[in-house]
Amino acid sequence: MNQDIEARKQELLNQGYTEVYTKTKVLTDAVMHYCPGCGHGTTHRLVAEVIDEMGIQDNVVGVSPVGCSVLAYNYFDIDFQEAAHGRAPALATAVKRLNPDTFVFTYQGDGDLAAIGTAETIHACNRGENITMIFVNNGIYGMTGGQMAPTTLIGMKSATTPYGRRVDINGYPLRITELISTLPGTYYVTRQSVQTPAAVRKAKAAIRKAFENQKLKKGLSFVEILSNCNSGWKMTPVQANKWMEDNMMPNYPVGDIKVDGKLVENVDVARLAVDHPLSVMQ
Amino acid sequence: MAFKGQIVIDTERCKGCAVCLAACPVQCIALSKNVNGKGYNYTETVNDKCIGCASCAMVCPDGVISVYKIKC
Ligand SMILES: Cc1ncc(C[n+]2csc(CCOP(=O)(O)OP(=O)(O)O)c2C)c(N)n1
Ligand code: SF4
Ligand code: SF4
Ligand code: SF4
Ligand SMILES: [Mg+2]
Repeated sequence: MNQDIEARKQELLNQGYTEVYTKTKVLTDAVMHYCPGCGHGTTHRLVAEVIDEMGIQDNVVGVSPVGCSVLAYNYFDIDFQEAAHGRAPALATAVKRLNPDTFVFTYQGDGDLAAIGTAETIHACNRGENITMIFVNNGIYGMTGGQMAPTTLIGMKSATTPYGRRVDINGYPLRITELISTLPGTYYVTRQSVQTPAAVRKAKAAIRKAFENQKLKKGLSFVEILSNCNSGWKMTPVQANKWMEDNMMPNYPVGDIKVDGKLVENVDVARLAVDHPLSVMQ
Repeated sequence: MAFKGQIVIDTERCKGCAVCLAACPVQCIALSKNVNGKGYNYTETVNDKCIGCASCAMVCPDGVISVYKIKC
């Protein structure tokens, strides 16, 4: 903790200022290893703020993945488990079943959750485990150097699709969030993003709901967060957020998909499943 | 009701990503010409137009910015 910073904050309070925002104590003081501007940091902040506001710091267990967020346990001042690649929902299932009154969440990337861990994801959702899954979709394997993920857009360049993803070779982008919304075990399914102040506020409300739902014991709550991987996309953070809005969002529409166990009426999951996603230009 | 804002920037934690600059509605923050201990051009306040809206803090991935406001 920086003493000068704390002194300045106290000085403002003494002058009659009210505190509008300061970093939650549920995040440790460790500097996150994420690249500048990476949405993982923002998403960590929101999960930590929700844990803080719900007063559950002593009664929550996170499960971290393999991927850039593998070290998430260093940044949250809460209990954590580290899962093998893709297995976070299976580990979270065990933690929750042994501690049914403890809040349990997984935090996973798209490679972890929608490639190597697809089976664990689908079965935890289908079993209706009373856990929260936080799914950070940046359309790429960030940690290993930007290879194609199941979520990589058609036409999107990556280390393993240098000329852009091709359907005839690489298949279609996987909208796993729409897919799991059709399973009866999921109680709340939503897609959010963290690139603007308004988006951040909505994403935080969604994460809050996904944690509150655990008290109901009615099934799994799933929050996808669209996020930039500016290093993997080879852009500045500000460019990457703009690129995400222009390209990721038409392919992965933001909003609630399933609320309180019911599919949201104006979201056509069946149409989304068969429609060709738009191609992107880079 | 108008508010006057003040932000406190933990410059040593800032990574100079500029995401906060894009979010500020009154352009009262910019990246410094100087760098911090990690070599990043950190965010600094450049005028007194801050309204304490916390937009910068909302998008900062590293929780670098604390925001305060007072009625005026
Ligand atoms: C069993 C196994 N297979 C492959 C890897 C290599 N690997 C590490 S992270 C990763 C994918 C990470 O991508 P994602 O989950 O999207 O996370 P991101 O870094 O983008 O947040 C892969 C394939 C591994 N560590 N273990
Ligand atoms: S490689 Fe991508 S996902 Fe990983 S920390 Fe950097 S920007 Fe974030
Ligand atoms: S609090 Fe609002 S006005 Fe002040 S620097 Fe941040 S974004 Fe700008
Ligand atoms: S968003 Fe945070 S880390 Fe990025 S430049 Fe602004 S204060 Fe620094
Ligand atoms: Mg990824």
